Amino acid sequence: MGLAKRIIPCLDVDNGRVVKGVQFVDIRDAGDPVEVARRYDEQGADEITFLDITASSDDRETMVHVVEEVAGQVFIPLTVGGGIRKVEDVRRMLNAGADKVAINTAAVFNPEFVREAAEKFGSQCIVVAIDAKRVGDQGEPGRWEIFTHGGRKSTGIDAIEWAIKMVDYGAGEILLTSMDRDGTKIGFDLELTRAISDAVRVPVIASGGVGNLDHLTAGVKEGHADAVLAASIFHFGEYSILEAKQSMAAAGIEMRL
Amino acid sequence: MNTVAVIDYGMGNLHSVAKALEKVAVDSRVVVSADPAEVIRADRVVLPGVGAIRDCMAEIRRLGFDQAVREVVDAGTPLLGVCVGMQALMQHSVENGGTDCLGIFPGRVGYFGDNLHDPISGERLKVPHMGWNQVHQTINHPLWQDIPQDSRFYFVHSYYVQPEDQAITAATCDYGLSFSSAVTHNNVFATQFHPEKSQHVGLQLYANFLRWDGNPA
Repeated sequence: MGLAKRIIPCLDVDNGRVVKGVQFVDIRDAGDPVEVARRYDEQGADEITFLDITASSDDRETMVHVVEEVAGQVFIPLTVGGGIRKVEDVRRMLNAGADKVAINTAAVFNPEFVREAAEKFGSQCIVVAIDAKRVGDQGEPGRWEIFTHGGRKSTGIDAIEWAIKMVDYGAGEILLTSMDRDGTKIGFDLELTRAISDAVRVPVIASGGVGNLDHLTAGVKEGHADAVLAASIFHFGEYSILEAKQSMAAAGIEMRL
Repeated sequence: MNTVAVIDYGMGNLHSVAKALEKVAVDSRVVVSADPAEVIRADRVVLPGVGAIRDCMAEIRRLGFDQAVREVVDAGTPLLGVCVGMQALMQHSVENGGTDCLGIFPGRVGYFGDNLHDPISGERLKVPHMGWNQVHQTINHPLWQDIPQDSRFYFVHSYYVQPEDQAITAATCDYGLSFSSAVTHNNVFATQFHPEKSQHVGLQLYANFLRWDGNPA
């Protein structure tokens, strides 16, 4: 027995409201991040990730209040991503009660920011989010590049090299999203997940493509992921977190039940 | 009404700690304090901590908390160290090229290493040790009350304490090796895991702390 693999539900939050439709039959206000977070906590989520997709930076303050309120009621680790661009953004979120922040685009444009944040607050709270997309022809060995702007813009940066560099800069964890699989429900890009997870010494969270519970198991067993992140399969009540954990445990994966 | 002071030396997640204490506080007032005098007066004290130990120790000293923690310990006031707050109680840490700590407990803080493996499966283990692992209680203690043996608590750390005297170990945890996940002596208790992030069992530990009189049994 030892360290359990983690299941992390992810919530997109726009101006203080959960979007992309969370549909629990028995929840009063599915748009309220606090209520949704509490529900996932009750179901046994190992952590919760909030992705702030608020377009206007003026409204970013709203997310701080959301985190404050959730942190007062839900006593598991909370990660906040989206719009984290400056050391001050990191500080604000940690002071509000976030345990980790996920840095995405800002890391690509200014890698030194990752180093600065890790030195200031410790690697344990710095997650670097990597959006990777497969490049090259089918049949070739896997190669992936970093994309920004929701997968629309290529940077030409190799994803594996980037992951190694970000760990050198102080990332304590990698949140890896396959832009090819995101939203497809056909499962993680296991080859990508395994390539990155085996290349770095820090934990890797697999994301993008989960459509059923076997995909979660595959992410750990074949993708070598330390944690699996999913949104829609939990939001629409297809599966509860507990069912997901039981399914993974039945497949021989150590889980917190 | 008695008070529990959470030491504020400007490092990290003390708000999470304070919120968890508030959640379970029945007849205690939770104060987040950067004032050593206020901390010394409190009925119970929590020393939290995240991040790099060199910065933590520098701030602890700059604000006069090295002396205050010593006084709290000597006065018999129940003290709870959490994560880096636990590590800070040792004599020395290898982190940041070597950092002297408070020296409340003999022993040092070591690094898991970049090449950690599970001794049985051979599987490579990631560092930091991050997530929910089992805490094996090695003694009976008031802070373990109503917490089932081998419960999972939330960890996130790359360094771990190596007490000189294993008799102070209150719990172990396995991650490539067996390390002390909790230590205690007299009125001091400290955990490597984060009770404030460990859901029910973590809140239970804080509730136990708020009832603890500082005696081992």
